[in-house]
Amino acid sequence: MTARANLTVTASTGLSIRSGHEPDEHGHFGRYGGRFVPEALIAALDELAVFYEKARSDPDFLAELDRLQRDYAGRPSPLTDAPKLGEHAGGARLLLKREDLNHTGSHKINNVLGQALLTKRMGKSRVIAETGAGQHGVATATAAALLGLECVVYMGEVDTHRQALNVARMRLLGAEVIPVRTGSRTLKDAINEALRDWVTNVEHTHYLLGTVAGPHPFPVMVRDFHRVIGLEAREQVLARCGRLPSAVAACVGGGSNAIGIFHAFLDDPGVRLVGYEPGGDGVETCRHGATLTKGSPGALHGAMSYLLQDEDGQTQESYSISAGLDYPGVGPEHALLKDLGRADYQPVTDAEAMDAFALLARTEGIIPAIESAHAVAGALRLGRELGPDAIILINLSGRGDKDVNTAAKWFGLVES
Amino acid sequence: MRSLDELFADCRGQRRAALVGYLPAGYPSVDDSARLLSVLIDAGADLVEVGVAYSDPVLDGPTIQAATESALRAGVRLRDVFTVVERVAADGGRAVVMTYYNPVLRYGVRAFARDLAAAGGLGMITPDLIPDEAQEWLAASHEYGLDRIFLVAPSSTEERIARTAAASSGFLYVSSVMGVTGAREKLGPAAAELVGRCRPHTALPIGVGLGVRSGEQAAAVAGFADAVIVGSALVSAAASGEPALRALTEELAAGVRRPVTQPA
Repeated sequence: MTARANLTVTASTGLSIRSGHEPDEHGHFGRYGGRFVPEALIAALDELAVFYEKARSDPDFLAELDRLQRDYAGRPSPLTDAPKLGEHAGGARLLLKREDLNHTGSHKINNVLGQALLTKRMGKSRVIAETGAGQHGVATATAAALLGLECVVYMGEVDTHRQALNVARMRLLGAEVIPVRTGSRTLKDAINEALRDWVTNVEHTHYLLGTVAGPHPFPVMVRDFHRVIGLEAREQVLARCGRLPSAVAACVGGGSNAIGIFHAFLDDPGVRLVGYEPGGDGVETCRHGATLTKGSPGALHGAMSYLLQDEDGQTQESYSISAGLDYPGVGPEHALLKDLGRADYQPVTDAEAMDAFALLARTEGIIPAIESAHAVAGALRLGRELGPDAIILINLSGRGDKDVNTAAKWFGLVES
Repeated sequence: MRSLDELFADCRGQRRAALVGYLPAGYPSVDDSARLLSVLIDAGADLVEVGVAYSDPVLDGPTIQAATESALRAGVRLRDVFTVVERVAADGGRAVVMTYYNPVLRYGVRAFARDLAAAGGLGMITPDLIPDEAQEWLAASHEYGLDRIFLVAPSSTEERIARTAAASSGFLYVSSVMGVTGAREKLGPAAAELVGRCRPHTALPIGVGLGVRSGEQAAAVAGFADAVIVGSALVSAAASGEPALRALTEELAAGVRRPVTQPA
């Protein structure tokens, strides 16, 4: 009777069963992906690829991953009907995939538990991570505490102020948080600093990268750890509605939650896949993070993909009210899906996202992460376009506790 | 002929290592960087690496990061690197470009090779481009007669050293340590070991970089390598002014001329 009992998939399904949409042996998704990193990192990337390949067919590893995802993180995550929200979406049926209910409050735990287990298998004792909103940093600090790993999190100084509470959470969990004061002092610079640490300490350190970007094998490995989102949701929607959704909506920063939910539907041509990028103040201004909408192909942080860059190939600073989407790059598989036309990517402004944030809170009693509110805003638009017969699956990738301060300021909810 | 092959043949004839010095184009200004690079050559550097400032320099430590960030803030453009290379070449110096790959990709790999060759540049060092991903650059460098200088690291396997050396020309760049650029108090044994591992795979000259800051270190590296590559220490000296830059370059140039042979 529970969703759990009916599901045939578990977290390890995303590893043990290949998706049919694999990159070539060098990690190229069409012209994207690959490895644009210093030679010093190649041995570690090769080692990681080998351990990952072994793990995905190792029954002990898969069982341990499933046990942690079930008993520790709380998988499977439920599917929630949102009828009152649907009234604002042209009467479409909106279904929320509740990754916000996972331990640590977002989808990030899916990837983190998998990579932390791999770190132990590789005999490494230290993990480093980058974080923007702090969700990936908190998840990494959590897994490190659970599995007894030393943990260092790099976070742009600007983000440590925007997400001060998450800095405290990471420190409570025993992680060292290092504010990054170079460049634009946000996520991209935190990644640079993590890469510098990794080049120096690679012998005993694993870089626990938090999204589907970076050099091979990160985009494919992180994706596989998140495929459970879509695999579960596809079965849940079929069981509840008797048919596939008309569309799947997800927010896209680096793109991990989006690829995780999209992937199970890639071979369902009737299902539209739409990624919502941070439009900031609007993509006609220079203050946004809409990489796929406004960027162009190039190499950043180890992979070829779309990125926001100027005519000299210098990375441009992105902007979003949502720290977790504030990134000028995007995972290479999204770049391929865009070029193939299999997925659409559209911008959602700060204002649209915050409206959706408030609307979901009031209509359904769910406060989403501002990141996920971009997907909700997109689904409202999509529902009005598709009409009342449509079923739209929304990846509610995270919860909004961390964003209450930002929302209170935005809506003027606190006495000043 | 002012090719890298000829340079290394000359140095071999003199039983010494070559001195290779790095400074970024546009630091502190485009004009000043061209002038500082001329000082390097005048004070004894055999080859200069003209650095391209980039927004995300993942293999650079604080010194070079600060210099290239300051160059970008001062408005340096990618095309300025050709102006600087041209000035070095006009002064009779040899220059290669050291750059992360994305600016080259954005400019167009073939167009970059064409304009670099036209400016008198001899080749390109690519810290974040491995031969596996370099098909476009390999083709363009052949077309325009430029040298391809790839890096090997202490973590490189024998197979990767062989593959990287096979794709390289001019010289092979050995990173002496695992880590980012920056002057170091002591150079560990990793550099000599790695050079020893590279020799069986290539007849190319081998340059060692990352961490050298003194004449004494230069002499030690010259004992087992064909070129001593200095970056951060020169950038720091350049920040203190031309006399400091000249003095350090002369000290390093003297160092590469008295190689200290390692005890067997």
